[in-house]
Formats: sequence, structure tokens, C-alpha cells
Amino acid sequence: MLNIQNLHAKIGNKEILKGLNLNVNAGEVHAIMGPNGSGKSTLANVLAGRNGYDVTKGIVEYEDKNLLELAPEERAWAGLFLAFQYPVEIPGVNNVYLLKAAVNAVRKYRGETELDAVEFLGLIKEKMKIVKMKDDLLNRSVNEGFSGGEKKRNEIFQMSVLEPKLAILDETDSGLDIDALKIVSEGVNSLRNEERSIILVTHYQRLLDYIKPDHVHVLSNGKIIKSGGPELALELEEKGYDWIKEKAA
Amino acid sequence: MNDNIQNYVSDFERLKNDDWFAESRYTALKLFKESGFPNSKLENWKYTDVRPIKRKSFSNVSEVTVSVSAEEVNAIRFDDLDCIEIVFINGMFSKEHSSLSALDKGIVVENMLDALANDKDLLTKHLTKYANDNVSPFIALNTAFIKNGTFINVAPNTLIEKPINILYLSKESNGALAIHPRNLIVMGENSEATIIESYIGLDNANYFTNSVTEVTLSPSANLKHYKIQQESLNAYHIGNLNVMQGKDSKLESHSISLGGALVRNDIHGQLAAEGAEIIMNGLYMTGNKQHVDNHTRIDHLKPRTLSTENYRGVLNGKSRAVFNGKVIVHKDAQKIEAHQHNANLLLSDDAEIDTKPELEIYADDVKCTHGATVGQLDQNMLFYLRSRAIDEETARSLLTYAFADELISNISFAPIRNRLERLVIGQLPDAALIREFTNE
Repeated sequence: MLNIQNLHAKIGNKEILKGLNLNVNAGEVHAIMGPNGSGKSTLANVLAGRNGYDVTKGIVEYEDKNLLELAPEERAWAGLFLAFQYPVEIPGVNNVYLLKAAVNAVRKYRGETELDAVEFLGLIKEKMKIVKMKDDLLNRSVNEGFSGGEKKRNEIFQMSVLEPKLAILDETDSGLDIDALKIVSEGVNSLRNEERSIILVTHYQRLLDYIKPDHVHVLSNGKIIKSGGPELALELEEKGYDWIKEKAA
Repeated sequence: MNDNIQNYVSDFERLKNDDWFAESRYTALKLFKESGFPNSKLENWKYTDVRPIKRKSFSNVSEVTVSVSAEEVNAIRFDDLDCIEIVFINGMFSKEHSSLSALDKGIVVENMLDALANDKDLLTKHLTKYANDNVSPFIALNTAFIKNGTFINVAPNTLIEKPINILYLSKESNGALAIHPRNLIVMGENSEATIIESYIGLDNANYFTNSVTEVTLSPSANLKHYKIQQESLNAYHIGNLNVMQGKDSKLESHSISLGGALVRNDIHGQLAAEGAEIIMNGLYMTGNKQHVDNHTRIDHLKPRTLSTENYRGVLNGKSRAVFNGKVIVHKDAQKIEAHQHNANLLLSDDAEIDTKPELEIYADDVKCTHGATVGQLDQNMLFYLRSRAIDEETARSLLTYAFADELISNISFAPIRNRLERLVIGQLPDAALIREFTNE
């Protein structure tokens, strides 16, 4: 599904990713953990195609495609989804119109017929229940006036409607109280299946109590310095990141 | 004397000028002759060079009435709006296209020429009393040519439910025309009306519109005024709106500027009695080499008056826009509130905006805010939309539309709001896509 080899990326003159390798197979959930400044969000943004990141070396293959050559929207059409750490508010752009346009853009790309208003409404009614999305949020401008938790829930709601092949969740757990964390996690778990891959980028082990990863990676100073199973996350929780950084050095 | 000023003088002399207003016309012409066109050394005209208007020789005598088909007029009408309509073709009143029969009691809507004949008393009292010939040579020029235009009188305690649409339609004719529409709106005590002034150019006609609208609001009168400027891209438009407000009166002014090669809108509101309120909203969208200048001035002359001004601009191509908003709080005008904001979106590197919000305060117990912003499309919003499968072009259009719509979505009257939304969408690069997006 996703194969990253020796990825180097800079912001301005500062090198953030320094030779990152990662292989994600279909149906797997990978957690990428690491201290602040280790390059977690850079990785998520480079994969989604945000401007301002300069990839200097390495390859990223996504389903036989050179991911780095694709525009952000082309990545979305091809089934990649980024749940933002800080979802932006867009006054004047309606939440539900955006979602319908997104669904139909993806369907068009896949050669499927576009959904009309009724079909679309049927689709989202189901999905709204999963993340306990309130009706009135649907018809507001994208994220405008949403609380922190509502914004994150909206991200997971969009993800469940768009049904991506590869979802990248950038610190989705940050700023969530325990109830919101449970709802968001249930939403993510409901999307797990044999074809869909998920990358969870997180600072804390807490999220992994609710979403069980198949693999855990520790990112430090722009590289993955250790990989393991779910038990690695617990070890990190107990001993902190310094232990592993020293070991790697 | 400049040859082209002589041109206006000769045209003036060719026109019949023998009614009771003759002396006023003559005095105004004299004033214009002496001052000539404003030059950019004047602070008020610093950013707008009117030499293209000055250099061109226009005819001020619309003799041959060009024929306009009913279809052509229908195409620009509000399709879902039942309104009272007064139509002018190339500056001349068109009885054929107007619908002025069966007006309700308490309202007069007529051509200025008829008003000069029928309503001498009211005109003597109000005409030229709010727009001052000494303030701008263009106002003086307009006064010199007062003939066609719209006179509206709403009687006290009258609510006019049907909006009044004043339509100035311009079409290519033999030689470039200068038209000088003069409008006078007199709102009686406790009356209420909605008035739309539309300036629309067909084809790519060359002409010069020099309009003046005077408005007076008696105590507790309430007027919603919309100006929609869609002149041809080869046309020049100079428009003045001058308002005098009585006690507890309220004016909502919405000025939408989309067309024209060189455009100047001046709006001047005078809050002359306690409790008067003015809302000034404006949207300008420019492209190519258009030049659009919006000058507004609000005088808080009396205590407890209120003004809220919000102007937005979207600039593309090599266009240039100017915003100058002056709010003056006069001595002893205590407990007033004045808020002013101007926001601009620059879509191209070659577009230019000069914005200048100005506050002059001579009272001490006031609440005033003002500010201006100039920016590009937000990169974070753009990326967010693209990451949600929206292609870049559509995302840009969508965000531009959202920026402009912040003003339009506040318009309470649905037919006008819908019409304006369609017009604004029509100005955007991906009109069809945005329409699809917003209509679902």
C-alpha cells in the first residue's frame, strides 16, 4: 500500500526528515510515536502534499504510484485522507456541500456515477451516528465556531464518509477529553478492515488504549529508530522517549 | 479653456433650458466651466485619474433613441421579483419598458422631467439641497444637465412593499454618449421602501455615466438602497449618493460595483438628528485593467447616531481599487457609535489596492472602530479543501466566493441576495462549478 524509502524533507533550510523508512500493508494500523519536533507532523503533511515542504531525497510509493508527484487533490482522489491536527475554519463554505463535492470528486475519479442529494443524504445519515455528529454542525460553515472536540469529530466523520484506502490521523487525540476520545476512536475502529490502512501519528500512548495498532514506530530526529508491536507503546509510556533515544545513539 | 469642457458647454447651449429650473442649471454649468475636471493633485482625487474621461469627447445630447427589445430588458430584470420599474435607455426615459401604472396610494415614481413639471414645490424644497455642486465638478455637471432621472416621493406613514427598480441601460449608439441621471428620493415621516438603482451596459458600449442621487429621510423613515453597477467594461461611471437623515431614520446602503473601465462611487451620509442610523455595505470586484474607487463619508452631526460600514474588494488582473472611508464625529455628537471595516483580497500580483479608513473625532464620549486588511487566499484553507478532493481551481474560486459572500449573505431581501450571489458567481473563473457547489 505505502512504501517510504530513505525520505528526506526540509522546511526552508531546516532538514526535518532524515532518511525515514516505512512500509504499510493493506489492512494494517501503524502508530508513529515520538517527542515534539521529531518530524511526526512533517511526515503527515508531506504525505498529504502540503506546500512548503521540500523533499530532497527518497521515494514514496502508494499503490504503484509515485505519491510525491501528485497534487493534494489527486492524492485524495486516489484514496488518501489526512485528518488534520488543526482543522481550519472556512467561513462561507458549507460543511455538507464540501463533503458532497468531495465524495463526488472521488467517485468521478473512480468512474462511478455521482450521488444526487437524496443518495448523499442517505449515506451521511448512517455515518453521522458513528461519531455522534450533531445535525446543526452539518449545515454550518466548515469548522466555523466548532469546539476543539467537534472539529476532530468532523474530521473522523469526513473520513468515514470518504472511506479512504489510506488514512493518516495527525495527533487526532490531542486536546480531546476522554469522552470525545472514545467517540473518535470508535469511529476509527469502525473503519478498520482488511483493505484499509491507517497511520496514527501521536505523542501519547493514550490513544492506543482505544485503537490497537499492529505496529508501533518511534520517530526521533527525522528517522524511525525503533519498531515493534503494541507493547512498545506501553514501554514508551513507562520509560519515556529518552531511554530509546539514548539506546539508538 | 479646455476643448472638451467647451464641448459640454456647446451641448448645454443646444438643449432647451426654459423651465423654472433653468437658472440653477446655468449656474451649475458656470461652476463646472470654472473648476474643470478634478486633477490628482486634489487629496480627494489622489488615486483616481479622470483624464480618460476628460480627453474623450462625449455627446450630451441623446437624440436618437436606440431601440432595445423586450428580450434585452427581460434578460437583465429580476426574474423572481415583482417590482415597480422605471427604465432609461441611454439616459432617456423609456415609457415603453417601464411599469409605473397602478402605483399604490402614497407613492410617486416618475421621470425627473415630469417631476419638474408636476412637483415644482417638492423639487424646489429638495432638489440640489443634499448634493452640493461646490463639492464636486461632476455633481455640478450633472446639475447642469438635469432632465432625465427618477423622482420618488413616499408619503408619510406609507410602507411600499414592492421594491422600486431604477434601471439605467446603456447600449452602443452613434458616438459616445455622456448621460447625467439625476435621482431624488424623498421619504416621508415613518415611511418605508426598498429602492434598487441598476446601471447596466450592454455589449461593450462606450459611454460615460455621471449620476447623482439625493436622498432625504424624514424622522423614522426607513430606506434600503441598493446600487448595482454593471456598466460595460469600456464605460466610465461617476456616481454620487448623498443622504440627509432625520431623527430615528435608518438607511441601509448596499453598493455593488462589478463593471466599468473607470469607476468612482461617492457616498455621503449625514446623520443630522438624534437616533439616525446608517449601514453602508459595499462590494467591488475588479479584473483586467479596471479602476474602481469607492469614497464614502459619514458625518455624525448629532448625538446618539450610529454608523456601520463594511466594504470588501476582490481584485484580479491588473486592476486597481481605491477605498477611502471617512467618518467624522462632530463636536458635541456624544454617545455615537461608528464602526468601519475594509477587507481586500488580491488574487493577482499585478492588482493594486489603496485603502484609507479615516476617523476624525471632535467629541469625547464615543465608541469608534476602524480597520483595513489586504491579503491573498488563505493557504491553509486552500490546502484543506484540496486535501478533501477539491481541485485547486475550484478551491480558489470557492474561497473567493466565500469572501465576497460574507457581505451578500447579510442582505435580508432574498430576491436581491440571490441575484447578487448569481452576479458575483458570474464574475469568478469557475462560475459553473461554484454554482453547482452552492445550489445543491
